[in-house]
Amino acid sequence: MKFDATTIQMLRTGIWESFYMTALSSLFAYVIGLPLGVILVVADQDGIHPIPWLQKILGVIINLLRSVPFLILLFIALPLSKIVIGTRIGSPAIIIPLTIAAAPYVARVVESSFRELDAGVIEAAQSMGASTWQIIWKVLLPESKPSLLLGAALAVTTILSYSAMAGFTGGGGLGAIAINYGYYRYEPFLMWISVILLVVMVQVIQEVGTRLSKKGDKRIR
Amino acid sequence: METPIIQIRDLGKEFRTANGPVRALQDINLEVDAGEIFGIIGLSGAGKSTLVRCVNYLEVPTEGDVLFEGRSMASMTEKERRATRQSMGMIFQQFNLLAQRNVIRNVCFPLELIGVPKKEARERAMELLRTVGLEERALAYPAQLSGGQKQRVAIARALATNPKVLLCDEATSALDPDTTKQILELLKEINRAMGVTILVITHEMSVIEAICDRVAIIDQSRIAEVGAVSEIFVDPKSAIGRRLIMGEAAHQAEAFKQQRSIRIIFDGRESAEPVISNMVLACNAPVNIMYAATRDIQGKAMGQMVVQLPEDAASAERVIRYLRSVRIPYEEVGENEI
Ligand SMILES: Nc1ncnc2c1ncn2[C@@H]1O[C@H](COP(=O)(O)OP(=O)(O)OP(=O)(O)O)[C@@H](O)[C@H]1O
Ligand SMILES: [Mg+2]
Repeated sequence: MKFDATTIQMLRTGIWESFYMTALSSLFAYVIGLPLGVILVVADQDGIHPIPWLQKILGVIINLLRSVPFLILLFIALPLSKIVIGTRIGSPAIIIPLTIAAAPYVARVVESSFRELDAGVIEAAQSMGASTWQIIWKVLLPESKPSLLLGAALAVTTILSYSAMAGFTGGGGLGAIAINYGYYRYEPFLMWISVILLVVMVQVIQEVGTRLSKKGDKRIR
Repeated sequence: METPIIQIRDLGKEFRTANGPVRALQDINLEVDAGEIFGIIGLSGAGKSTLVRCVNYLEVPTEGDVLFEGRSMASMTEKERRATRQSMGMIFQQFNLLAQRNVIRNVCFPLELIGVPKKEARERAMELLRTVGLEERALAYPAQLSGGQKQRVAIARALATNPKVLLCDEATSALDPDTTKQILELLKEINRAMGVTILVITHEMSVIEAICDRVAIIDQSRIAEVGAVSEIFVDPKSAIGRRLIMGEAAHQAEAFKQQRSIRIIFDGRESAEPVISNMVLACNAPVNIMYAATRDIQGKAMGQMVVQLPEDAASAERVIRYLRSVRIPYEEVGENEI
């Protein structure tokens, strides 16, 4: 195995594929997970708009999805990819199972961010006559922003590591390269390169998340 | 006569918990007049916070009703209640400012909720910050302020929508004595200048003395007594009232209660004359002062003193006769009260 232009090109494509699988899956996971996280907190028994049955059912569904191992979820969800994206192989196809796996995780991460918020602040908003929507938009979300950003770094890095499994379904990305060359072809050199690149990506995402969170946090003097 | 701005009618609150029901309020009847500073005092767990939260229906009572300007909050829709809350500002022990918003945006917050245009809201906010003396800190964030400053911002925020009532739940309990004094002065000034009715919840008698016109004492979920502060301070009728006014002394004094004791009441008249030394001289008998609390309330010397009478019965009788002859109110203190 030589480290030539083809290899570099392949790694480049791998980085790009890992990037867009993670980015799109994260985006969709947040589009679904963020509102679910809001419901988990707001509709809770002692939330600002209690709908206990909805909150409980949602909790059960989320736990259920979270307890299915990703590799199994991947194969269960691929027929859905066929319907939505038109293919069950390749990198785009894995975005659907990744989103399904990540959305409940995101919902829990978001939920815990909201729960960190001091109940007194919400009480103050209520005492000023704020509606449920106003509390969500003007208190819950902006006041939890630093914590939400930290949670996002956690969620995105987790999604990136899950995206490595795309290798099992004919998808691409750095994970697929590592699996294909390291596991199937016994070429540890390329495997290690891919793993190192993945590690770098995780570091970058975590660093960006941490910095954004700190920079935007007005609680720090 | 004008209708009271807040009328609390047969109000009760029971919390349902995993360990069975918890009774927080029972048979509460109170009326707060427009323009007054009304205090509610009680020990921890008495139900003060629950009561104040029932006043603006953040907590829905399980029995009874609250009338705000004669309108029943119980029969309001949630939307109407939210609108009513805009006429009742509230401040808290922990200030509860929005940490991610600077001072001026905190004050603008309630105005934003009702859709006041941004520019107008900012002007109003600056005006209020001037009132509370914090205009130079308009762009600071709550984390950069002291406790007293945070409470000033909270006061400005609570006043932004021009409320008729300001609810204060232990608003000074997290502050040092000097800052407490300043905040209480500010509240008094707001009451005087803007005519805002203020409901003060506290566990400290000194807060009540400093600013309240009338006070209700709440004990174990019920109102123990209600009255003008000057009256209750001079002559608390309830055991809890005595305990709150005398504080720790009530317990310390218990130890000395083997002998006959009397409570001498200062109702403002005797402030100029040295009552006790005159008494000792006139009767030629020593007395033991066990407890004394005399304070200046609204320009008069008010308070009481508990003295132990001389051991021999004859001297004790002389003291009693002396007090009666000079018309100083007193009462004998029984075994279990002081
Ligand atoms: N949400 C709740 N669920 C169950 N019990 C409650 C709840 N809120 C208050 N209580 C109970 O009601 C009683 C009165 O509480 P409340 O907070 O009103 O007291 P408080 O007079 O404000 O005390 P403190 O001075 O400590 O603030 C207490 O026994 C408390 O445990
Ligand atoms: Mg309380």
